[in-house]
Amino acid sequence: MSEKKTPVLEVRDLGIDFGGLTAVNDFNMDVYEEEIAGLIGPNGAGKTTVFNMLTKVYQPSRGTIHFLGQDTAKMSVVDMNRAGIARTFQNIRLFSNMSVLDNVRIGMHNKITYNELEAVFRLPKYRQQEQAVEEEAMELLKIFDLDKDASLIAGNLPYGAQRRLEIARAMATNPKLLLLDEPAAGMNPQETEDLMKMIRFVRDHFRIAVLLIEHDMRLVMGICERITVLNYGMMLAEGTPAEIQANPQVIKAYLGE
Amino acid sequence: MAFLSYLINGLSLGSVYAIIALGYTMVYGIAKMLNFAHGDIMMVGAFVAFFALNSFGLPVVVSVILSMLATTCLGVVIERLAYKPLRQASSLSVLITAIGVSYFLQNGAQLLWSSSTKVFPSIIASGSLRLFGGALSISYLTLVTITACIAVMVCLTLFINKTKTGMAMRACSEDKGAATLMGINVNRIISITFAIGSGIAALAAVLLCATYPTLSPTLGSMPGIKAFTAAVFGGIGSIPGAFLGGLMLGVIEILAKAYVSTQLSDAIVFAVLIIVLLIKPTGLLGKKLSEKV
Repeated sequence: MSEKKTPVLEVRDLGIDFGGLTAVNDFNMDVYEEEIAGLIGPNGAGKTTVFNMLTKVYQPSRGTIHFLGQDTAKMSVVDMNRAGIARTFQNIRLFSNMSVLDNVRIGMHNKITYNELEAVFRLPKYRQQEQAVEEEAMELLKIFDLDKDASLIAGNLPYGAQRRLEIARAMATNPKLLLLDEPAAGMNPQETEDLMKMIRFVRDHFRIAVLLIEHDMRLVMGICERITVLNYGMMLAEGTPAEIQANPQVIKAYLGE
Repeated sequence: MAFLSYLINGLSLGSVYAIIALGYTMVYGIAKMLNFAHGDIMMVGAFVAFFALNSFGLPVVVSVILSMLATTCLGVVIERLAYKPLRQASSLSVLITAIGVSYFLQNGAQLLWSSSTKVFPSIIASGSLRLFGGALSISYLTLVTITACIAVMVCLTLFINKTKTGMAMRACSEDKGAATLMGINVNRIISITFAIGSGIAALAAVLLCATYPTLSPTLGSMPGIKAFTAAVFGGIGSIPGAFLGGLMLGVIEILAKAYVSTQLSDAIVFAVLIIVLLIKPTGLLGKKLSEKV
C-alpha cells in the first residue's frame, strides 16, 4: 500500500450480548480517511449489528469505538450523527410520505439555527437559512440525479432512486464516515454498476470514508480497498480484496467444507 | 334560515372540538399514544383563565395567554414525569398511565378548587351580527370561536410545513429511528408536541366556557371524549383530519339536538362515528396502513 493514512474509525474488542446470546465479540476494525472499506460475512454474522453499534442504536456491551480520535462511549445516536457518522438502511427507511426535497432537508436539521420565534415571524434569519438549505439540498439532489424529482413524494420513487435518495439524505448530515447497509440489494447489474460509480464519486467529491455491508461480491471486490470478514460475530479475516478472495478460511465460511 | 343558524352554531361548537382534537391527533401522530388526560389539561386551562379573570381581574387577552402558558407547562411536565419513563413500555401501559393522569388532574382540581360548579364570566361582548335583515343573527362569540379555530389551524399547518421543528415532527411521526439517525432529538420533538397540543387546549377551554359558562373539575371529560372521537373520525394522526372531524362532529351534534332529540344527540354523534369507521376504518383523511412485503 502507498502512504499510511490516519484512521477516522478505530474499533477495538467490540462486543454486544442480547440476553445470554453474544451477537458480536472481540471485533476489531479500522477505517481510514477517504477509504472505501467493506464489511462482509454470511447471513446472520452480525454485520448490521456492528452498524447499529457504530451509530449507537445499540450500546456495545464491551470494547471501544473511537471516531476521529474521540472516545464515543458516552455518545448517543444524535451525538454520533453530529460527530459525523451517517448511514443508510438495509430495508429502505425514507420518510416516504414526505417529498424528496424534504427528506434531504431533514438531514440538514442540525445546520439550521433559527429559533421558533424567528420562524413564526419569518425574520430575515429564517428566510436566509431556509433558502440556503433549499439551495444546498437541490445541489445534493443534482449530484444524485434526483433534482427533477424534488417535489415528488419519496415513497413513489422507483426502487433504485429511493436507494439513491437515502444516500443523499445521509450526505445531507455532512458526515465524515458514511455507512451503507447493502446499498445494492435488489438492484440489477446495470444499476449496481451505476451505484459503484456513484459511491466512488461521493467519496472523491466529499472526501469522506465509506464503510459498506454488501453481499454482491462484484461490488465489494470492485470498489472496496480493504475488506473485513465477519463470521458468527467474530472477525474472520481482514485484507485487500485479493487477499480475501484467496483466504481459505473465508472460502470455507462462505461455501462450507 | 333556522337551519343556517344551527349550522353556524354547530361550526362554533365544532371549532372547539377541532382545537382539542388537534392536540390529541398531534400527540398521537408523534408519540403514538392516546393522551386521555388531554381533556383534563384543558380543564386546568379553564380554571387558570377563570381565576385570572375573576380573582385577579386581568384583561381577557392576558388571562387567555396566561392560561395557555400554564397548560403548555403542565403538558410538558406531565409528559416528562408520566410518559417519558414509559417510552419503551407497551402502549397499553402508557394508555393506562394516561387514564391515571386524567383522574389525578380531575381529583386534584376537586381538592384545590372544590367540586362545586362555578360560573365563568362573560368575556366577549354579547352582541351579534345581523344578516339578511335580521333573519340570521350570529353572536360575536360564535364569530370569535370560528375565527380562532381557523387561525390555529392555519398557524399549525404553516408551522408543520415550513419550519425545521415542524419538519422534524413529520419525520418523527413517520420513523423515529431514522429521524434520530438524522440527528433529530426525538425527546425534544415530543416535548414540543405536548407543549403545542396542551397550549391550544387552553384556548379551546376558554372558548368552550365562554359558550357554556359553567366550570367544574369534570368539565374536560366529555369534550375530551368528543374531541378524541373527532380525531378518530377525521383519521387519527392527521391534522386536517382533526380539523374536519371536529367541525363535522359539532355540526352533527347541534343538528341532532335541533331536529331529532336533545337527549339522543350524543348517541347520534357516536353512531355516526361507528358508521364512518365501519366504512372507512382509518377515518375520513386517515392514511391507509399498507405494509410493503
